[in-house]
Amino acid sequence: MGNAQTLFEKVWADHVVVAESADTPAVLYIDLHLIHEVTTPQAFSLLAQLGLPVRRPDLTLATMDHSTPTTPVSTFMDLEVVGDSAARQIRQMEANCKQFGVDLLGFDSEHRGIVHVIGPELGATQPGKTIVCGDSHTSTHGAFGALAFGIGTTEVGHVLATQCLLQRKPKTLAIDVLGHLPSGVSSKDLILAIIGEIGVDGGTGHVIEYRGEAIRSMDMEARMTICNMSIEAGARAGMIAPDDTTFAYLEGRQRAPQGGDWDAAVLRWRALTSDDGAGFDKSVTIAADRLRPMVTFGTNPGMVIAVDEPVPDANDDASFRKALDYMQVTPGKPLTETSVDVVFIGSCTNSRLSDLQQAAAVVEGNRVAAGVRMLVVPGSQQIKKEAEALGLDRVFVEAGAEWRESGCSMCLGMNGDTVPSGQLCVSTSNRNFEGRQGIGARTVLASPMTAAASAVAGRVADPRQFL
Amino acid sequence: MIDAVKHIQSRTVVLPTRDIDTDQIIPARFLTSTSREGFGKALFFDLRFDADGNPDPAFPLNAAAAAGCEILVAGKNFGCGSSREHAPWAMLDFGIRAVISTEIADIFRNNSLKNGLLPIVVDNDTHEWLLANPGVELKIDVVASTLTLPDGKVLTFPIDGFARHCLVEGIDQLGFLRTQLDSIEKFEGSRSWMP
Repeated sequence: MGNAQTLFEKVWADHVVVAESADTPAVLYIDLHLIHEVTTPQAFSLLAQLGLPVRRPDLTLATMDHSTPTTPVSTFMDLEVVGDSAARQIRQMEANCKQFGVDLLGFDSEHRGIVHVIGPELGATQPGKTIVCGDSHTSTHGAFGALAFGIGTTEVGHVLATQCLLQRKPKTLAIDVLGHLPSGVSSKDLILAIIGEIGVDGGTGHVIEYRGEAIRSMDMEARMTICNMSIEAGARAGMIAPDDTTFAYLEGRQRAPQGGDWDAAVLRWRALTSDDGAGFDKSVTIAADRLRPMVTFGTNPGMVIAVDEPVPDANDDASFRKALDYMQVTPGKPLTETSVDVVFIGSCTNSRLSDLQQAAAVVEGNRVAAGVRMLVVPGSQQIKKEAEALGLDRVFVEAGAEWRESGCSMCLGMNGDTVPSGQLCVSTSNRNFEGRQGIGARTVLASPMTAAASAVAGRVADPRQFL
Repeated sequence: MIDAVKHIQSRTVVLPTRDIDTDQIIPARFLTSTSREGFGKALFFDLRFDADGNPDPAFPLNAAAAAGCEILVAGKNFGCGSSREHAPWAMLDFGIRAVISTEIADIFRNNSLKNGLLPIVVDNDTHEWLLANPGVELKIDVVASTLTLPDGKVLTFPIDGFARHCLVEGIDQLGFLRTQLDSIEKFEGSRSWMP
């Protein structure tokens, strides 16, 4: 079994331009570089200063999502950007893409959206590719069997200039999820439970491969939610071997291979599984059958409990105590007694059509509780259009929620959508860090079903009561 | 492109909290700048200042003794979260040149090494002692990869050889990558499939 390789090792080996040695890291080729307005301006400036072109604009896909507003307007060109510096950043992105010949899916594009939503939606995300972006949630694309990870702005410059990165080979971690998720429990609950189990640093230095029955039976959107939050366990990347579900999702999409190329691609993609006997540096097994809806109670995604479970005691752990104080939660009590001010459905974790459908199913025929603000932000303009064709926008608006243009929105407080200080937000996003959603904002991470149930109940709620 | 980093000698400032994420190091609302200068003002902003913009006297970086400290000792898993390189930019702009913990998050560590901020991982016992003794004077020798404690004890810390070489010589990694362009072109021409 000496030649048995993991999925990660196969994709890695296929992209090594120069092998690593004791003295130098590997030169790794990048097949798809996703770029957005926040982490690229300094990289473009460096290229301009050095007089270098973008080496492969054809492998570079640009959009704007982080600092863009999501306020509803008749046309995008009318969108009012929050703050002068955000407006400058957006104009700079437009100017940089024009100067360097990179196609920008900007305000005038019907394909604009959150970078990790549009890559798969356009079929640009494919099995076996290496994909990077100046954004840690690039791990999302691993759901297709791609090796996808977040990089900093210096490395964005490296990829723009050379289409390559200097990388040391990470270790591997297998996470096997046995059984099937019960009703009312989604892939968001599963990934929160996994992070709770292995910790926010449990994946540091590793690429995770998610395997097992529960993963196999998930659709692509659920798989993306899992891989998206790999970084919240500290992992370099998360991957899922491609299968018929993956191929069915990609077939016919704009940037997917077409005709004879499609058949050749599927043949190649079918080999992208971990071989029998391939060794992982670590492995973890999780039972899906007994999982319940999960909610975070602290200030990192690993501080997580089942929705009907009491908040644990800090004992004499100062960091833990600090998190409970910030969140204003009481040990020994479940979060279901906590009242809610804001509910956010959106972000690269949970803003896809199935996420919106699950949330809509809970709010349909109900009202958002008095005093609760519910914001629903589709992940892309395409998803917005699809959701509107299904009437989901009307379900949300009739229940008293706000329906927005696409973008990162309230996941991170830099585009005008923020949670006021001290208020509690049940959010389908990925980070409950102090101040992430706004100064002093208190974030409870949850699934779209749990978030929607909480909007209706006016307190953190178990979605199974609404099914 | 970066200044060479060979030796650091400084007193420490200590933030004992675990899992200090990049949103705490620099909140997202400060990321709309298109330059890489001046982020030091925003470092730990919501921890350093109260809602009215007044410095919180209880925050260690605001203490008089913290002035001029170039070495930050932090709780486990420092720098987790977002890939924002603005985090090491803010630390360097503020005057911090090294961060010591038992664990440093991957992307933050990569970003730090590319900017001349030195991430140092130490064992639990050393970490406990450093957390309990803020303000001690430490010596870091990047060439030898050693950390010298006030009692003269010398510890070796792990650092990738290439990253160390680049730090010590002030080598820009993009320059190195561009020397590989022939290999990159050859790779592109020899692939069995095209992205």
